[in-house]
Amino acid sequence: MLGCRTAGVGETRALGGAVAALVDVGDVVVLVGDLGAGKTAFVQGFAASLGVTAPVTSPTFTLANRYEGRLVVNHLDVYRFDGPEEVSDLALPELLDDGVTLVEWGDTIASALPSEHLSVTIRFGDGDDDRSFELRGRGETWNRRADRLRTALKGWAVPC
Amino acid sequence: MTASGEPILGIETSCDETAAAVVAGGRQVLSSVVSSQIDLHARYGGVVPEVAGRAHVERMVPVVSQALVESAVDDSDIAAVGATAGPGLVGALLVGVSAAKALALVWDVPFVAVNHLEAHLHAAFLDEPSLELPVVVVLVSGGHTMLVLMEERLRYRILGATVDDAAGEAFDKVARYMGLGYPGGPAIDRLSGQGDPDAVAFPRAMLHDGWNFSFSGLKTSVINYLRRQPDSPAADVAASFQEAVADVLVAKARRAAAEHGALGLCLAGGVAANSRLREMTLDACTADGLAAYLPSRAMCTDNAAMVAAAAWWRLEADGPSPLTVGADPSLSLPEG
Repeated sequence: MLGCRTAGVGETRALGGAVAALVDVGDVVVLVGDLGAGKTAFVQGFAASLGVTAPVTSPTFTLANRYEGRLVVNHLDVYRFDGPEEVSDLALPELLDDGVTLVEWGDTIASALPSEHLSVTIRFGDGDDDRSFELRGRGETWNRRADRLRTALKGWAVPC
Repeated sequence: MTASGEPILGIETSCDETAAAVVAGGRQVLSSVVSSQIDLHARYGGVVPEVAGRAHVERMVPVVSQALVESAVDDSDIAAVGATAGPGLVGALLVGVSAAKALALVWDVPFVAVNHLEAHLHAAFLDEPSLELPVVVVLVSGGHTMLVLMEERLRYRILGATVDDAAGEAFDKVARYMGLGYPGGPAIDRLSGQGDPDAVAFPRAMLHDGWNFSFSGLKTSVINYLRRQPDSPAADVAASFQEAVADVLVAKARRAAAEHGALGLCLAGGVAANSRLREMTLDACTADGLAAYLPSRAMCTDNAAMVAAAAWWRLEADGPSPLTVGADPSLSLPEG
């Protein structure tokens, strides 16, 4: 597990951008954190780093937004889902094949998501703009990328 | 019945309202039936897609039947069937689009795919037939926040939109954080009546900067405030939050009206039912010599009368939609 800390939404975006440098088609990033923690900000930086120029807005209403950059970025929000059985609405397998997929509030539908994914948990810190991050790669491809991820995020790393 | 007064059946199922209406000539509402699912979704704190889809299926036939009976129009006199094809929840949209196509086939009349956002722009005309264009429309709902310059019935320009959260989404999320229940807009509106809107100076993001909006930072700012001062009076926090949202929306709308020579300001979408937003819009219009178009709550929130009206105008301009047109959850407002 990797621990990181950011001070301000700009750094949260930059952290998202650094993670994006390591992903490829088929990857899933699960974002967990309370309202206002910075999940969408993370996705904004992530998408920008992949060359997405369109504004990345909240997908809470539409459930899924799709952006085209160097890779296709699928941005899902399952805030309103009651459980994994409702995931059929999202056509998840098609999305996963199509690009890299980020799922906000992904913990509520955990069993419907691929077991191989990067989970990013965001918590409020002491100051209003401070956030702490826990990143856990699950599955073989993330194990292989562990060192690269550590290097990419060392600017924000804290011991955990 | 004259050709211009032909009745159109409209169907709306983009989110959590199952609605059907009969509108003659795009202007005269003969019936408008809305079956809300708010109770179904309240315990989840928002619309649940699967629940919405199932509920639309169950309610479609009774709602359409009631709209036809109340309109006193015979089935055989319905000239076309229009349905919201997007944007919205795909599982919900499909129910209305499929029902509309089936009826159009059975009755052998045109089917018209309607853009939900365009329908909202037409809603005000049903309450205010004398509405004079151009107007600046503030279209604010749970899923959308945009500033639109409406120059003619089917000619408009999006001046700006939210770059993150929709205004209604900010209301819902702040209300959820404060434990006020769903939907958040009415809950915050009610509570704000007892609070001081100047109690907390929440940020007005991008107030003087372009035409876009940002409400994500405001949401976070309210949450930070409550985390630091959990005992602060909820009514004051709610009122101050609501003030910040309304302030930005109205400030940009009146600036847009001045810059583009609009004759009035018009509210549309569910958040347009917010009492403080209506009050501030009215004050701004009085101060600037603009007409204020504040449609009734029933016309601001999702309904099928606006869908039938938009269908009439689209049918006049573009003819019927092919039956191959499907639901499009991310349909954008046509400009030009």
